[in-house]
Amino acid sequence: MTTQRILIALTLAASLGAAGAAHAAEGAPVPPAQKWSFAGPFGKFDQGQLQRGFKVYKEVCASCHSMSLVSFRNLAEAGGPGFSEAQAAAVAAEYKIKDLDDKGEAIERNGRPADAFPAPFANDRAAAAANGGVAPPDFSTLAKARTYERGFPWFVIDIFTQYQEQGPDYINALLLGYKDPPKGFVMPEGGNYNEYFPGHVIAMPPPLSDGQVTYDDGAPQTIAQYAKDVTAFMMWAAEPHLVQRKRIGFQVMIFLLVLTGLLYFTKKKVWSAVH
Amino acid sequence: MHGNSTYQPQSKIGQWFEKRLPIGGLIHSSFVAYPTPRNLNYWWTFGGILSFMLGVQIITGIVLAMHYTPHVDLAFKSVETIMRDVNYGWLLRYLHSNGASMFFIAVYIHIYRGMYYGSYKEPREVLWILGVIIYLLMMATGFLGYTLPWGQMSFWGATVITNFFSAIPGVGETVVTWLWGGYAVGNPTLNRFYSLHYLLPFVIAGVVILHVWALHVSGQNNPAGIEPKSERDTVPFTPYATAKDSFMMVAFCLLFAWFVFYMPNYLGHADNYIVANPAVTPAHIVPEWYYLPFYAILRAVPDKLLGVLAMFGSIAILAFLPWLDTSKVKSARYRPLYKQFFWLFFAVCIGLGWLGAKPAEGIYVVLSRILTIYYFAHFIVVLPLLGIFEKTRPLPNSISESVLGSKA
Repeated sequence: MTTQRILIALTLAASLGAAGAAHAAEGAPVPPAQKWSFAGPFGKFDQGQLQRGFKVYKEVCASCHSMSLVSFRNLAEAGGPGFSEAQAAAVAAEYKIKDLDDKGEAIERNGRPADAFPAPFANDRAAAAANGGVAPPDFSTLAKARTYERGFPWFVIDIFTQYQEQGPDYINALLLGYKDPPKGFVMPEGGNYNEYFPGHVIAMPPPLSDGQVTYDDGAPQTIAQYAKDVTAFMMWAAEPHLVQRKRIGFQVMIFLLVLTGLLYFTKKKVWSAVH
Repeated sequence: MHGNSTYQPQSKIGQWFEKRLPIGGLIHSSFVAYPTPRNLNYWWTFGGILSFMLGVQIITGIVLAMHYTPHVDLAFKSVETIMRDVNYGWLLRYLHSNGASMFFIAVYIHIYRGMYYGSYKEPREVLWILGVIIYLLMMATGFLGYTLPWGQMSFWGATVITNFFSAIPGVGETVVTWLWGGYAVGNPTLNRFYSLHYLLPFVIAGVVILHVWALHVSGQNNPAGIEPKSERDTVPFTPYATAKDSFMMVAFCLLFAWFVFYMPNYLGHADNYIVANPAVTPAHIVPEWYYLPFYAILRAVPDKLLGVLAMFGSIAILAFLPWLDTSKVKSARYRPLYKQFFWLFFAVCIGLGWLGAKPAEGIYVVLSRILTIYYFAHFIVVLPLLGIFEKTRPLPNSISESVLGSKA
């Protein structure tokens, strides 16, 4: 009977996870799992890492990738990179925003905290034309929009370990995954070989190089560090309330556990008369 | 409903009102005095859990609708605005999207429980069929809801599912154009899907009332699969069932909260965080997990029309279950062979679910075909024959005997 129960539990879990098994990057190695500060039930973003990641985004990625759903004010919100409101306003002021003046004339003004990050290209078509035919994806939800196939039995185990970092692991691996193509690999024009990209041909040239971005907190100025920092930043951009969610989640779990226990004993007491 | 109520309101006002609208008596007879078999196990708590989940979905859905914009250019952004800028919008949205999955987990347990204990048999055929209708409505509602965030999987899922109807001979294309409100999935499609997604939960609520009504006429089945014979076989709904249901409901919320707070995107698709793009087809178009077995059946059949018929048939056949199962004995407890076939069928459904998530190629297609054939054989061959050939175990004389032993 107990084995039967375990079997049922396992198959149920398997049926739940089957959906997760659907994503695949054929022929690509599994991205190595990184240690992320935001993983697990007590996960929190590392403010320093988010600030460094933002610097990498601003100085490197933003020249091609938009981040239209994120506003400057978000930089100063709780659970994020921890900028002060003045700092967020200062960042905003570095950007030029297209707007209309009182007479309806098109102008460019300095950014304000309420503005969203302006896109590097006027529109998707312009972005595609400037980048070999495909517009570079927007960063706002990208860390949640990328994954890799976990496969059995991992997708079942993930439910218990709360592994939710496929996206960041994949992006981090991708940023470090540029290699010389294997012998006999036919590379289309403008393509770059990347081990982790589905099909291995990626339009984006290797974006990072050692020493490219200056860190002022003493963190190593290496590709590996840049990749990790910018990936963490992307996760924050995609899920700005992650810290709040996990914090409230813990409170909810404690409350529900206690209530479940109380109701269990209530039930036992009520039924004691008829058993 | 069942059980003549002797309910008498204490207060004068209550008595005055009760004479004119006996709603107090209705509630009292349905949820207080209502006799429930004393041997119900925890699998019987999922009906209550399902009502709770319907409530959760309706309440979170109504608030989400206050912030959502059903337009192809704005839908994705409005959902992201809910996630980012609406106070606790992320919570509402994750409750709603994971709530749909929890709703289906509960309904699958509820359905399998009914199958295991033969709850569909006389006198509960209508109760069962109403349940099948609710399940169908849930599938429709879930599908419509999944298109609303207007991500890649929303768009392409909607395209694939609506294209089923193009398999109808002669008028297929016309029907699909009519469903879309255009020549492709577009803004009119999103608008009507939103409208219907808001409507159907209330239709579900209506059928749930009928379902509960039918339940209270025939009374609950129970693990022994025999009808209560005396008052010794039953206990009043309150406090017994209410205490048990509340405990399980809160325990179920633990599972729900685990997903909502710790892995809210586990049950969804990464592709749905990419805004819908009619020009780019995702590598794999996969429906939500709760449709996967049926998706596998659809793809197992080489012909499109037959595939669609097989898929709808696999759900429709459930409605005929009361007559396909010819056994006089309800509960699998007393049906040694049926018990084995039940678990085999369960495993086949899980297998189909797994195959539904795999690409339709190679060994997966072969396996899908074998399991699809078995799925139907279970209903058309196994169940009718089992009733004739199976040697069942002797039934207890009464429910109280099955609980307390023959001394009672």
